[in-house]
This record gives sequence, C-alpha cells and structure tokens, in this order.
Amino acid sequence: MSFVLEAKNINKHFHKPKDFHVLKNISFGIKKGEFTTIMGKSGCGKSTLLYILSTMDTDYSGELFLKNELVTGKSHKELSRIRSESIGFVFQFHYLLTEFSVLENVMLPAKKLAKKTLAEIEQDAHDKLKMLHIEHLAHQKAYRISGGEKQRVAIARALINEPAILMGDEPTGNLDSHNSENVFNIFKRLKEDQGLSLLVVTHDEDFAKRTDRIIEMEDGAIIKY
Amino acid sequence: MINWKVILGIAKTHLLTKMKSTVTATLGVTFGIGAYITLVSFMTGLNAMLDDLVLNQTPHIHLYNEIRPSDKQPVDLLGNVANPLNVVHSIKPKQSQKKIHNALPILDYLKKNPQVKGATPQLRAQIFYLSGPIELGGNLVGVDIMEEVRLSNIQDNIVAGTPEALENNDNGILLGSGLADKMSLAVGDRVQISTVDGTIFPLKIVGIYQSGIAEIDNVQSFANLKTVQRILGKAENYVTDINIKLNNIADAEPLARKLEKQFKTKAVDINEANAQFETGSDIRNMITYAVSITLLIVAGFGIYNILNMLIYEKMKDIAILKATGFSGNDVQHIFMSQAMIIGLIGGVLGLIIGFVLSKLIDQTPFETEALPTITTFPVNYNIAYYGIGISFALISTFVAGYLPSNRAKKIDPVAILRGT
Repeated sequence: MSFVLEAKNINKHFHKPKDFHVLKNISFGIKKGEFTTIMGKSGCGKSTLLYILSTMDTDYSGELFLKNELVTGKSHKELSRIRSESIGFVFQFHYLLTEFSVLENVMLPAKKLAKKTLAEIEQDAHDKLKMLHIEHLAHQKAYRISGGEKQRVAIARALINEPAILMGDEPTGNLDSHNSENVFNIFKRLKEDQGLSLLVVTHDEDFAKRTDRIIEMEDGAIIKY
Repeated sequence: MINWKVILGIAKTHLLTKMKSTVTATLGVTFGIGAYITLVSFMTGLNAMLDDLVLNQTPHIHLYNEIRPSDKQPVDLLGNVANPLNVVHSIKPKQSQKKIHNALPILDYLKKNPQVKGATPQLRAQIFYLSGPIELGGNLVGVDIMEEVRLSNIQDNIVAGTPEALENNDNGILLGSGLADKMSLAVGDRVQISTVDGTIFPLKIVGIYQSGIAEIDNVQSFANLKTVQRILGKAENYVTDINIKLNNIADAEPLARKLEKQFKTKAVDINEANAQFETGSDIRNMITYAVSITLLIVAGFGIYNILNMLIYEKMKDIAILKATGFSGNDVQHIFMSQAMIIGLIGGVLGLIIGFVLSKLIDQTPFETEALPTITTFPVNYNIAYYGIGISFALISTFVAGYLPSNRAKKIDPVAILRGT
C-alpha cells in the first residue's frame, strides 16, 4: 500500500552552538487515513522531525516523499505551494493572525492558493467552522476568543485547503482536559469521516494511546515503530 | 503567481491596525516631501527673481567700441630687425571715435540673422543734471524705446508714466528714480541737463525709471535716441552701443566672438558680463539641492525605522504566513506594498501640503524699494519639482522598505514557531 507521507533515512545536524546529531536515520511511512502520534521526551527531536516532515525545515539529508512524490531538494517556492496544497498544520500555540477576523484567518491559506473563487472559499470556511461548532465566532477578531476556540480556528484553517495530511505539534499541549478531549474528538472524526491522515507530536499519553499507532523516539532515533 | 488581492488585503489590515505607526511613517514622508516642495519652489523662485533682476539689465550681446591702446604699436611695424626688443613708454589709448562705425548697416545685418531676436541701438552720453546751482553727474541713454519694451523688461521698471509717452515726446526723459528723489521731481516737471560741452537743454519728465539697483537709478535716465543725438549735435548714425537679444542664450558666446571679428568692435556676451553673478547663482542652487536632499533622506530613514519596527512586531505573523503556504516572496511583497502605500499616500499629501504652503508664501506681501515690480514673495511652480518629489517619495520608500522586507523574506518560520 502506498504512503501519504514517507521518510527515508532522514538525518539532521544542529551546527550551533556545536555539532549535534539530532535525527539519526529516521525512516517510516504514514498510510492514508492513519492517525499516528509521535511520542518521546523533550529534546528527543520529535518536533524537529515534524518540521522536516512539514517541509518547513529543509536543512537535512535523506529523502521525503509526499503522496509518492519526492519533495526533498525542491525550491522554497515549490515547497510553499506543496505545503498549502497538501499539508495542514496545527501548532501548540494557536498562532492566528490576531488582527484578522476568525473567518479571514481560516480563508487566508485558500486565498493564497487561489484555486477557488472567493465565494467558494468563504462557503468552505463557513462549513469548516460549522463542523467545529464555532460558526458563531466567524466575524470576531481572533484575539477576542478563548484559547480552546482559537485552537479550533487553527484546525479549521489547517483544513481549508483539503490537505492530504494534518500535522500537529502538541496541539493539546496548551489546553485543559476538556478542550483537549474536544480536539482529540475532532481529529478522530476527521479521520473516520473524511479519511484524513494525521500525524501528531504529543506528550499526552492518554491522547496517544487512543490513536492508531504510536512512534516512540529517544535521542533522535525511533525506538518503537 | 502573485496573488495581489490577498497580499494587498493583508498589507491593508496591517496598516490599519497599526494606525499610529502608519500615520507617523506617512507624516514623515509628507513633511519631507512637503518641505522639499515648499523650499525648492521658494528658493528657485527667489533665484529666478534675482537672476532676472541682474540678467535682464544685461543684453545677451553688447557691442561697443572700447577705448584701449592698439595691440600693434608703430615700432612693431618695423619688420626686418633681428631679435628686436621694443620698449615703448607712456602708451596712450588709440585715437578713435566712441561711435560704432557703420552702426546702421550692422543693425540691419543683425536683424536679418535668424539667431537674433532683436537688436537695439543705444547712445550713451555723459551729462549733468542741473538743479539750481547743483550739478549731478550722470548719463543719458538714447534708446529706441518701443524696441526696448519688446526685447527687455524695461516696462516693468517704469514706475510712473508709460514708454509710449516717451516715444511720443521729442523732449521727453525717463528720469532715474534716485535722481527724481534727489531733485524732488515728478512726472510732468521739467529738468535741465547739460552736456559735457556746457550746452543746456530742458527736458520734460514723462516717466520715472527704477531698476532696483541704486547705482543705476542714481545716475541713469533714458530719452529717445534722436533726442540724445540732437543734444550731442551728432548725426543719425551716431550710435555708441548695440544691444542684441538672442532667441537662444546659449548662442551668445560664439556669436559674440564672430561679431567681434566681423565688425572690429568689442562684443561682450552675457556670461562674460555676469561671471560673478553666475557663481552666486550656482552656489544658491547647490544649497537648495543640498537642503532638499537632506530633507528627503531624513524622511527615508523615518520610513526605514518604522517598517523595521513593524516587521519586528510581526515576526510571528510572518512565520505563520510562511507555515500556511505563503512563500518568502509573498511575505516580501506584503511588506513592500505597505512601504509603497505609505510612500504614495505620504508623497501625494506632501505634494498637496507643499503646494498649499507655496501658495501661502506666494500671497505673503513682500515689498521692497529695490524691486518695484515685486509685491509678494516669488514662488516657482515648476511641475518638474512635483515630479521629483513624488518619484523620490516612491524611490526612498522602496529602498527603505526593501531592506526590512528582505529580512522578513528570509525569516525562518521554524525558528520562530518553536519559540527558540
């Protein structure tokens, strides 16, 4: 079976302050519709790995395939396009553009991609917000809503371009248990209803246990597949 | 592909939410450009006025006979002597007339020359103005007054009476304003003048002439050419000076050299006559440019600072934009368009403020004895300065925006999002 995302022999060094081998021969793949978590202690390189997989970090050796297409070595411009087309990203902090309204935040990546008309994008954005039960916030400024709501807006933004895979860097790390549960349920539903692949880095063991697969990392290497 | 609509939308939101910085930056440009326009309009206006004041007194080419010693003394004509060393003591100027030989044919010739806009004959006579027992030394210039009106701005300098009155009165005189003050004379009065030989003539004052230069106004008066010829007892072809006005002032120097050779008279072109004045003019212009450039550069630095701050504040936004699929170039375009919007709005406002201030200065009364025709400060509304102003606003904001936006383009989103 083909992978949505596949990493082959990924190695990365930090050069400052001194040479440090962060990631050692990382190879794995994620199938379509699979909900995977990466776990490990702080500093084991899991976030670093995630940023490489998201194509934002290009300073590594090895090969990265997205939908069976080699993305390693592509220009920043192409990577920007690939990122907006195929990858949705949710961060630990919400990272919304606080001066824009919720709706504008959600619509922005789609406007950039410009594959649909403005009316269609707005309709999509409303649909996503509705799905996450935050439609009533659409015209609020992003800095006026609560933390749990912000995270849901961030998820809506990640989904607006119908990505092939959704990545999260401790998306529940900053939320209380109620909101964490909420986010988990959203992820679960996305996987079941839409067959979305998910890759989430987390510290939360309860969260991880309920996913399809756990990749455990230690000292820059995968110890349990 | 660049999606300008989205980019401009983001730029607009940034500018509107950071209203304070936006206004500060825009005002920086506005004041820079406004001050530039005001200053340059006012200073070039003043310069042009001063130029006119002096240059319009001077013809483009002035022909006259110079009193000077002969270049070749008689002893030089003694040819066949080996290694001569001639010593001549007490050289005297060559005996010749003050009048230009063949003045009338020369005038006709000049008037046919396509480079020449006009040529006027003048007769300068040393005279005394008589006021009771007091004799004031001075000179009387015989002119073809209607030609002078056509070719120079003499009309602006006639503060009382009209040039036509002089034309129509055979015994008329346009008296220098300084002389009129000294002798307490006004239009309609009579003044007696005496030639060097002692002949006395009464003349009727038909106008007062004020050039604004005291040295001239205290000694010089104008009368018709024929009147002066009659006073001196000379024939109709007796002309001491020919003033030439050209269509193109740049022809003055070569044409002067040519006429000098052709007619064996002295020909002085305008640059030669006003060499000192040119230097003063150049230096004033240099000061104008130096001040303007300083103003514009200061405005440019203001924009640079504010944009730099803005980008520093927006570091996270930039990282988020990059993470959600915006490329480095998109981010650069966002900040560049902010800079250009600030530059354009600030620049246009600056032009308007500059124009309004220029208008204000233009309305300000400025009356001085020296300049009879000037009632308000002179302002030069040259459209080119407005062009330069807006171009500089755009160029400086472009440069000031380019450096910070280039930094924004290179920001690594990973480093910022991980909070390290």
